[in-house]
Amino acid sequence: MSTQRIDDTVMENIEILAKLSMSEDEREEMRTELEKILDYVEKLNELDTENVEAASHIFPLENVFREDEVTNGDAQEEMLANAPVKKEGQYQVPKTV
Amino acid sequence: MKIIEMSATALGEEIKKGQIGVKEAVKAYLDQIEAVEPSVHAYLDIDEKKIYARVKEVEKGIRQGKYTGPLAGVPIAVKDNICTRGQATTCASKILNDFVPPYSAGAVEKLEEAGMILLGKTNMDEFAMGSTTETSAFGETKNPWDLTRVPGGSSGGSCAAVAAGEAPLALGSDTGGSIRQPSAFCGVTGLKPTYGTVSRYGLVAYASSLDQIGPIGKNTKDCGALLDVIAGYDKRDSTSIQRKLYDFSKNLGEDIRGLRVGVPKEYLSEGLDSEIKKAIVDVVNALSQNGAIVEFFSLGMTDYVIPAYYIIACAEASSNLARFDGVKYGYRSMEGTDLHDMYKKTRAEGFGKEAKKRILLGSFVLSSGYYDAYYLKALKTKALIKKAFDEAFVKYDVLLAPASPSPAPHLGESLTDSLKMYLSDIYTVAVNLAGLPAISMPWTLDSQNLPIGLQFIGNCFEEKKVLQAAMGLEKIRGDFPLAFAKEEG
Amino acid sequence: MEKQYETVIGLEVHVELSTESKIFCGCSTKFGGAPNTHTCPVCAGLPGALPVLNKQVVEYALALGLAANCQINQYCKFDRKNYFYPDNPQNYQISQLYLPICHDGFLEIQTAAGPKKVRIHEMHMEEDAGKLIHDEWDDCSLVDYNRSGVPLIEIVSEPDMRNAQEVIAYLEKLRLICQYLGVSDCKLQEGSMRADVNLSVREVGSRELGTRTEMKNLNSFKAVARAIEGERARQIELLEEGRPVVQETRRWDDNKEYSYAMRSKEDAKDYRYFPDPDLPPVRISDDWIKRIREAQPELQEEKAKRYMEQYGLSDYDAGLLTQSRHLGEMFEKTAAICQMPKKAANWYIGETLRLVKEEGMETEDISFSPEHLAELILMTDRGELNNKTAKDVFRMIFTEDVDPVVYAEEKGLKTVLDTGLLEETVEKVLEENPDTVKQYLDGKTKVTGFLVGQIMKQMKGKADPKQVNQLLGQKLQEAGEKV
Repeated sequence: MSTQRIDDTVMENIEILAKLSMSEDEREEMRTELEKILDYVEKLNELDTENVEAASHIFPLENVFREDEVTNGDAQEEMLANAPVKKEGQYQVPKTV
Repeated sequence: MKIIEMSATALGEEIKKGQIGVKEAVKAYLDQIEAVEPSVHAYLDIDEKKIYARVKEVEKGIRQGKYTGPLAGVPIAVKDNICTRGQATTCASKILNDFVPPYSAGAVEKLEEAGMILLGKTNMDEFAMGSTTETSAFGETKNPWDLTRVPGGSSGGSCAAVAAGEAPLALGSDTGGSIRQPSAFCGVTGLKPTYGTVSRYGLVAYASSLDQIGPIGKNTKDCGALLDVIAGYDKRDSTSIQRKLYDFSKNLGEDIRGLRVGVPKEYLSEGLDSEIKKAIVDVVNALSQNGAIVEFFSLGMTDYVIPAYYIIACAEASSNLARFDGVKYGYRSMEGTDLHDMYKKTRAEGFGKEAKKRILLGSFVLSSGYYDAYYLKALKTKALIKKAFDEAFVKYDVLLAPASPSPAPHLGESLTDSLKMYLSDIYTVAVNLAGLPAISMPWTLDSQNLPIGLQFIGNCFEEKKVLQAAMGLEKIRGDFPLAFAKEEG
Repeated sequence: MEKQYETVIGLEVHVELSTESKIFCGCSTKFGGAPNTHTCPVCAGLPGALPVLNKQVVEYALALGLAANCQINQYCKFDRKNYFYPDNPQNYQISQLYLPICHDGFLEIQTAAGPKKVRIHEMHMEEDAGKLIHDEWDDCSLVDYNRSGVPLIEIVSEPDMRNAQEVIAYLEKLRLICQYLGVSDCKLQEGSMRADVNLSVREVGSRELGTRTEMKNLNSFKAVARAIEGERARQIELLEEGRPVVQETRRWDDNKEYSYAMRSKEDAKDYRYFPDPDLPPVRISDDWIKRIREAQPELQEEKAKRYMEQYGLSDYDAGLLTQSRHLGEMFEKTAAICQMPKKAANWYIGETLRLVKEEGMETEDISFSPEHLAELILMTDRGELNNKTAKDVFRMIFTEDVDPVVYAEEKGLKTVLDTGLLEETVEKVLEENPDTVKQYLDGKTKVTGFLVGQIMKQMKGKADPKQVNQLLGQKLQEAGEKV
């Protein structure tokens, strides 16, 4: 009964979005499991949510602010301490252009 | 009584009275760690040098009156998704291998202010994604009650450590049951506080709208005392809630007369292990006999909690885990031919299968054309789930529920079928979706000598009622043995 | 017959706010620190770090929204925009999609055909990205997160503009409003104002919009104008050749005067926006809006109008003086001290703006004390300095902010008010030039100019011309009576 939701195009697209590369076998296994989970979550369609407001935050917390003050100093060394590759106080990455 | 058999609050008292030295207490636990860790593997990182340096600091602090709280000098284990300045925090993932945070989580700062001593970082499911602690990139943790079984997850390391006498207390995190379910499997007590009660600052996010740090201990009183320490408003966490009272363990009684307890009928239907079902019925009887007013009722929405939970949690996770890309910290694949290839290889090699699955699922439900049907629908479902609980708490002070449909499964049994594993979260995830506090406590041992745990769920901000119900039931139950006692016997 | 095309342009303008600290953490927004020295766990995307909203950002967004005649979403939220790029440490940008803070406003611009309204679709708050530098030596890129988390307001217009002049008028107007509000300094070169141009062409008379492209990397008004011309031509050429315009993002190269498609399979344009669970919504009360409205400074048009009424300035002069809030404020201070608004206006419009242009500066960068100019005007008025000397002194005020009283004293530039010496000199000059005096007495009154010149020369310029004229007139009259 299950309509295939995750066809090759969709699978390729979410791999790009998620930045994950997969072998053919991995991809097929993943696709099967995702389909199974998506089949299951179909259950939600039984619910009428027409007039329900989406609850992105569970409590009605609002207006949480900080004042415009500089509270941090130079922490360059600490911030870069974990960088896999760094150069001259910067994070080094493969070229972007 | 041996030090490692004492409750944390009792140990704290002895330390305060000078009957037990801080160093002595820490040494007792380190000895136990040395003895059982090879078979349990609850910890990922223990730094003895650091521990003893800290012991000196705490001894001095106690002498000088800096640390006066009930848990001063008491050691504690911390789940490895909670940042500890200067000590590796890996989330049990290869992608965060060797990551040493330059800052400590708000909850860890509070442990330090209370004069507690960090024993080490505990194993977990990778990024808290899993119910068995088997998705850890650094090997599974075993259930101290039966080493062929899982301790549950994702806070499996923390719960196993407490159960095996490797720590008197531990911090876990609970996104969909990650404190309560392993507590049940390991026969310890664990509490998931109301969302916003413990700062999430420094907790590596899995699903930000559901994550909460909570205490794990040998009994309810210990959990309450640790909650007193870690709870509090933190201006660095915008979802932190400023509560009126933070002394959860103060004047905790054991009297449950008149306590209105609701038991959701749906939780006792198909799929629940018969021994656990019987245990719940026994508890219902015991509570009633002791003056509580217990009622079975229909909570509603129970069929929809798992789908809503997995959609929301995975959506948030896909975004939260985007930062692990090999640029700023952690693992980087050196095989990448260009930037995007580096990203894809780093993440493919750095994340385990379960994390990848949830990231892909989350990316899918948020992607163009599917957002409304999945993500938005799940958020609306969440609102309805919250409403169902709101209605229940008009009638009841607390709800009684199982913590898991079955006792701890054998190692390797669960990961083969992820949907089946997800379904086992049925009794725990709703609490996170509705932001509620809930405690998981052991009640008895089943025929295989495995602990059976159950939950008391409270309304928002009603930790105290939850703790009180648990204290009452604990009194009826009597002391619950710890796993290591059995091993020695 | 040749087809006529119309260009349809909408803008997405990013304005960097002049807050002290970043939008979600307490790091400094100061420009030009050593790489990654203004970073912390939050803006460098460390695991476990959480954002907390800077209240000033909301206030600036409200001020700008109100000034641009927008409706306010009194319940607004932050969303995550998900995409991978190294300048974005979390690999998502915190922005607003579903409920932006402001919407449906407009700005009125002046065009060749008269005033025109450019509608504003929406304005939202978001965080800036870090900076990427391309390292030729190692053939790699380097990331600096100092700019990561600097607050931005993005202003999205409707496609209401039709040519580069209108676009520039709109940008100028927006910049002026931001500067007047103190919300941003809006320097295109420094990147504190950035415009992305959405452009399409269609046949004149057509009501449907053509396919649009988005152009980025425009860092001067001239580049904006050139990019619009270039892109219009490119699209028309495509259409003339019967080829389709592809909806895409293009990068303008101002040196080559051509735009390039920024396309890659890996740049899937699916941002998977969803409400940021780390940030509670912002509720903006009527009272808050009222407070912002009341605190709103006088904007350019009002100010210019007031200058005309209060100081009797011309429309043109008032316009020049209000071209920047800073210039207007200086003028008013000077005018208030010297009580000679027209003279003050002339100094600002004339000498000040001339020097600004000569030095290649922005009016925002004028830094002398308005008090010093007031003093100079008063000295001139009292006849202590003549016009030529005053201009020289002014240059010193402009460049080094000298106190004109002290400076004139030190350099001995003050006019000599000792009438004795002046009288002697006048008499001497008259004696030396009997012919000229005769010419004057014969009715050629123009020759006084020559005599004044001679007197000033002998006085080494240190005489008050008014006094010289007066005394000379007197002496000549005496000479006439003698004859």
